[in-house]
Amino acid sequence: MSKVRVLVGTRKGAFILTSDGKRENWQVNGPIFAGWEMYHLAGSPVDPDRIYASQSSGWFGQIIQRSNDGGQTWETPGGEKMPDPSGPPGGLSNKFVYDTSSQTGKPLTTHQWYDGSQRTWEFKRVWHLEPSLTDPDIVYAGVEDAALFCTKDGAKSWHELSGLRGHVSGPKWQPGAGGMCLHTILLDPKNPKRIFIAISAAGSFRTDDGGETWKPINRGLNSEYIPDPDAEVGHCVHRIAFHPSKPEVLFMQKHWDVMRSDNAGELWTEISGNLPSDFGFVVDVHAHEPETIYVIPIKSDAEHYPPDGKLRVYRSRTGGNEWEPLTSGLPQSHCYVNVLRDAMAVDSLDSCGIYFGTTGGQVYCSADAGDNWNAIVRDLPAVLSVEVQTIP
Amino acid sequence: MVRVRLPFPLRKLAQVGAEVELEVEGQVTQMSVLDALEARYPVLCGTIRDHETKQRRAYLRFFACEEDLSHKSPDEPLPAEVMSGKEPFYIVAAIAGG
Repeated sequence: MSKVRVLVGTRKGAFILTSDGKRENWQVNGPIFAGWEMYHLAGSPVDPDRIYASQSSGWFGQIIQRSNDGGQTWETPGGEKMPDPSGPPGGLSNKFVYDTSSQTGKPLTTHQWYDGSQRTWEFKRVWHLEPSLTDPDIVYAGVEDAALFCTKDGAKSWHELSGLRGHVSGPKWQPGAGGMCLHTILLDPKNPKRIFIAISAAGSFRTDDGGETWKPINRGLNSEYIPDPDAEVGHCVHRIAFHPSKPEVLFMQKHWDVMRSDNAGELWTEISGNLPSDFGFVVDVHAHEPETIYVIPIKSDAEHYPPDGKLRVYRSRTGGNEWEPLTSGLPQSHCYVNVLRDAMAVDSLDSCGIYFGTTGGQVYCSADAGDNWNAIVRDLPAVLSVEVQTIP
Repeated sequence: MVRVRLPFPLRKLAQVGAEVELEVEGQVTQMSVLDALEARYPVLCGTIRDHETKQRRAYLRFFACEEDLSHKSPDEPLPAEVMSGKEPFYIVAAIAGG
């Protein structure tokens, strides 16, 4: 029987939750890397036992960890003790250095700061790891200040795909309150040269040549909180998602507005419909129904908790506009948690499982596509990310 | 032999105890001590100072012989007691509250 492995990143360590296909009884392993901020953990689609983890700290910076046995043991891929002092420098798996070479990185040395001034790019942390669909040693990393890095040697070393940061709009990119992060990476399963990414607060971008050149894909977005509401860049995109069978159809949760594009981001239309709030962070797609999507409405601008203190997942079976609240098993009073942008995931079992984690430390699972929910755990540190692996 | 005391999270990361002993070649300075530390424990690269600029991370400070050395030149010789191993070189993390 298949099983699921849920990878949970929190403010104070990582946790791995496992269950069989029924998803009723769970084994909880953790905290792993206790005390560190675990922004994201992700498993390779090719080799599920290969898991990468972003471990970071305001004190000590960025560490990349790798497991080859499903999270039982971990190593820092470039942090091995050097056998020969004259050999290559170690610690490269922790090294994310922006490309400033004259050929590629030179055009861009600053971005916009909160006060409108220009500021030098400064690496802070890895927000999101996206392993390749075909090679367990290739991983993309979305970082703050917004840039895209790649490893081709299993995270022993990283290099920047600087064509993105070198886009002519780069000096106009600015941080949101959470920092200027590249938080979403979608690898097109039908076209290995195509990648979608999203940045707060710059917007969405697409490459069709494997990362050499990029174009902003924000037409149709309207953001009243910026001076030019339909600008080419500057939109605070919180998350984008697609179904692997229809990668040209994108769904977006923006700072305000839920959006969709049917042409790979060339044009977006609003699908917020009857949502109680079209603010939120997560959006995801059912594993077997490309037009069934999920969001969790959040109250904003300042509150960032569910409207009316009711934690409700909203599902649309029509690709947007018509939404139904899913509440069974979720707290419907006095609930004031948030669900952050990387904290929702779906499994691919026959009855699609939906998962999300909250800043209150709960990780919820629905084994029936959202109809009924149970808390796998209730008292973890604030959850930053949730990923799910479906293990045959 | 130079003794270096590490903050708790870095001990766990490098899988060592509170203090490590290092052979430091040439003049004993902040720079040469940290070079030796990172060469011995590469996982610590980037956790104490920037990979490229070698600038000390903001929430860390360096002490020895009850003196704050954080703002001294990284190439300045460390106190004789550190060079001789009588006193350790302290890497101290800012206290986290809340």
